[in-house]
Amino acid sequence: MELLQYALDNASLLLSRTIEHIALVGVAVGIATLTGVPIGIAITKNERVAQGVLYMASIIVTIPSIALFGIMIPVLSLIGHGIGYVPAVIAVLLYSQLPIIRNTYTAINNVSPALREAARGIGMSPNQRLRLVEIPLAIPVIMAGVRTAVVLNIGVMAIAAYIGAGGLGTFISRGISQSDPRQLIVGAIAVSLLAIIVDYSLLYLQKRLTPRGMSREAAAT
Amino acid sequence: MIRLESLTKVFDTQKGAVVAADHIDMEVPEGEICVLLGPSGCGKTTTLKMINRIVKPTSGKVFINGDDTTGLDTQTLRRNIGYVIQQIGLFPNMTIEENITIVPKLLGWDKTKYKARAREMMAMIALEPDAFLKRFPSELSGGQQQRIGVARALAADPPVMLMDEPFGAIDPINRAVIQDEFLKMQQDLNKTIMFVSHDIDEAIKMGDRVAVFREGKLVQYSTPDDLLAAPKNAFVESFLGEDRALKRLNLVKVREIVTDEIGTVIPSDTLESALAKIDDYGYQNAILMVNERKQPAGIINRSIARTTKGYCRDHFQAVPAVVDLDDDLRKAASLMFAHDQTWLPCVDKEGTVCGQITQRAMTSHLGARYRARQGDDRKPSAAIKE
Amino acid sequence: MPIRSIKGALKVLVLVAIFFAGVWSQSSGVIDEFIWYLPDVQYLMVQHIWLTAMSGSLAIIVAIPLGVLLSRPSMARVAESLMQVLNVGTTIPTLAVLALSMSFLGIGVLPAVFGLFVATLLPITRNTYAGLKGVNPALMEAAAGIGMSPMQRLFKVELPNALYVIFAGMRTALTINVGTVPLAFLIGAGGLGELIFTGIDLYDPVMMLSGAIPTALLAIVVDALIATIAFLIVPRGVNPGRA
Repeated sequence: MELLQYALDNASLLLSRTIEHIALVGVAVGIATLTGVPIGIAITKNERVAQGVLYMASIIVTIPSIALFGIMIPVLSLIGHGIGYVPAVIAVLLYSQLPIIRNTYTAINNVSPALREAARGIGMSPNQRLRLVEIPLAIPVIMAGVRTAVVLNIGVMAIAAYIGAGGLGTFISRGISQSDPRQLIVGAIAVSLLAIIVDYSLLYLQKRLTPRGMSREAAAT
Repeated sequence: MIRLESLTKVFDTQKGAVVAADHIDMEVPEGEICVLLGPSGCGKTTTLKMINRIVKPTSGKVFINGDDTTGLDTQTLRRNIGYVIQQIGLFPNMTIEENITIVPKLLGWDKTKYKARAREMMAMIALEPDAFLKRFPSELSGGQQQRIGVARALAADPPVMLMDEPFGAIDPINRAVIQDEFLKMQQDLNKTIMFVSHDIDEAIKMGDRVAVFREGKLVQYSTPDDLLAAPKNAFVESFLGEDRALKRLNLVKVREIVTDEIGTVIPSDTLESALAKIDDYGYQNAILMVNERKQPAGIINRSIARTTKGYCRDHFQAVPAVVDLDDDLRKAASLMFAHDQTWLPCVDKEGTVCGQITQRAMTSHLGARYRARQGDDRKPSAAIKE
Repeated sequence: MPIRSIKGALKVLVLVAIFFAGVWSQSSGVIDEFIWYLPDVQYLMVQHIWLTAMSGSLAIIVAIPLGVLLSRPSMARVAESLMQVLNVGTTIPTLAVLALSMSFLGIGVLPAVFGLFVATLLPITRNTYAGLKGVNPALMEAAAGIGMSPMQRLFKVELPNALYVIFAGMRTALTINVGTVPLAFLIGAGGLGELIFTGIDLYDPVMMLSGAIPTALLAIVVDALIATIAFLIVPRGVNPGRA
């Protein structure tokens, strides 16, 4: 009850921080999609480069977010953005690369050779093949990668409150430092709900973007 | 021996109860292969799988070697039945050796015994033990994997084997090879085998008996020859195909319809006496010339014998073709067509001439069964058991 | 060819960068500062590893049997809905898990271990379940057909064939675990997070990096370690790494 009261009292703050949270993650994952998808497509041309790129991306994801912030702060301080939203956005951008590049790469690579041959057989140019066959078939899987990235990074952004990036994590960090369980719990629940809701909305979007006639299986990843 | 008594399976589905197998009664005598044949969804696989309780029977009984299996514990039952499935189902985490020895291990054999058994099995399926035993299933071709699947099923020497479309996933050429290998093995092993297939040619080739299923019911159960000669109803007839009489050619051996009466000449005979023999025997075109070991040496044509003077050894033509007593009629017919002949000399294992086979004899043999049937009003020659 | 030359160029560039970084850090005394933090790093690293080991092994001990249990045919009805719940659970950010754990259990090691345990538990259970459910049905039929008991089927067929997926789950889960341990400092459980967060608060880059770099290395090492264990343990016939 007390929690609900607190949440209602701070509804507008809650709302603005939620928007801030979504905006930061959205911008970062948006940029990541713009870079990750072309990279994912490009590396299908060369197996060795692909393995190298994917290996790099998986190492980056392995690095804990707070450690990544810690490493970036001194570097970004050189241009005057050591703390704040810049390191947070960059971190999210980096973390998003793996799921997006990997899914794009696998999806394009997994387009059945028969389809590819058929496309070649009816006289499509490599670009037409990519645009008309491979990308449409790969979109559900790419979307799944974007979804993974978004959900992962809602959590990363929560931690970024500690480097002054704002967002819902601020409730948690203040809750802990001020020993205020109301702020703590409201923040934790809000960020959890955000992750769950966004996950489901993107899943819905992913299904909508699946070309009709393709099995639902393909979108399940 | 496998005997099914009123074996029934009813599946409860959302659309209501579906009878997948309806009071199946049949018996497979010891050492025989019985092929369960029918279109998909006819109940053949369900019937097979009820024997080792992969599908639990709704009612009815299964007897193996005369013993009711109803009271038997499921695992004991299964360990004593060899089981081969279409998807092969080799365990990819185990080596070939571990796959083959798994049932002996479950049965508690000691190590030296099952290791030796693995090598024995490899020899039986003609794969080199040292090259294969330590490898993994993923490193083998489909045909090799299915051979291992058969070896695994036979490893504990079960009296009875169940095979669910065992060669269905293998390409046609390899399938024929594996079928032949398997039949050869079966000659020594004498297992009682139930074998599911949807391929009529496979059924005729592999089966001592064929059981045709339709919509959960056993429609006809007879030997392949009886099945082809006397399909019990229109469904069986259409399932067998319009060329079913030709399929019977596979089943009949030359030995069964050869006539041992054959007139021959020897090289030192005159053409005159050859012509006399041709007329004596009533041959239309030619007579066979044999050498001193009674092997086919040439053909003397009637027209030559009539118009020319001399000895046979100077005026013969090459023998177009001969058939062996153990060849089937399909080969004989094919040779006749290829060489435009109405008869062919037959030879035994030593190559000596022992008779002849004529187109007339073949058609009359095949036709005999159909003529007989028209008289007794479509009564099948071998009725369904009991 | 171009790849090789780009790689070569990169190598040279990295070496030059390391050299100048070394020169700069020596001249500015940064290295001495790092050395000054060394005892702290050692002490906190032990704490850090202890938290991971404790919560991680508890999670593995609970998660694998739970996944096995849920994958049994008799549990089919409950399992699907429970997996839905677990799936939702894995989307909850780890900071939120720790915060909620703290609000119920207070501060200290206990809530930290519990929170880490929960965050690690979910992916392992999920992968164990998915791995077992993903075993080829033909294998299960063959195993049943040759007369294996349910236990023999589980240990000889299902688990060996699901092991690779189970290990993938453990790898993800423990990497997340190591990465979440720094946050445990916030609820009073120590670990390398102490250097990072204090470093951020005091704006002391050297202190921050003394925490951040070992944390990053630890995560990479744990990841590689589990990958190696999986490589060695998963049977050769079903191990993509050893085809």
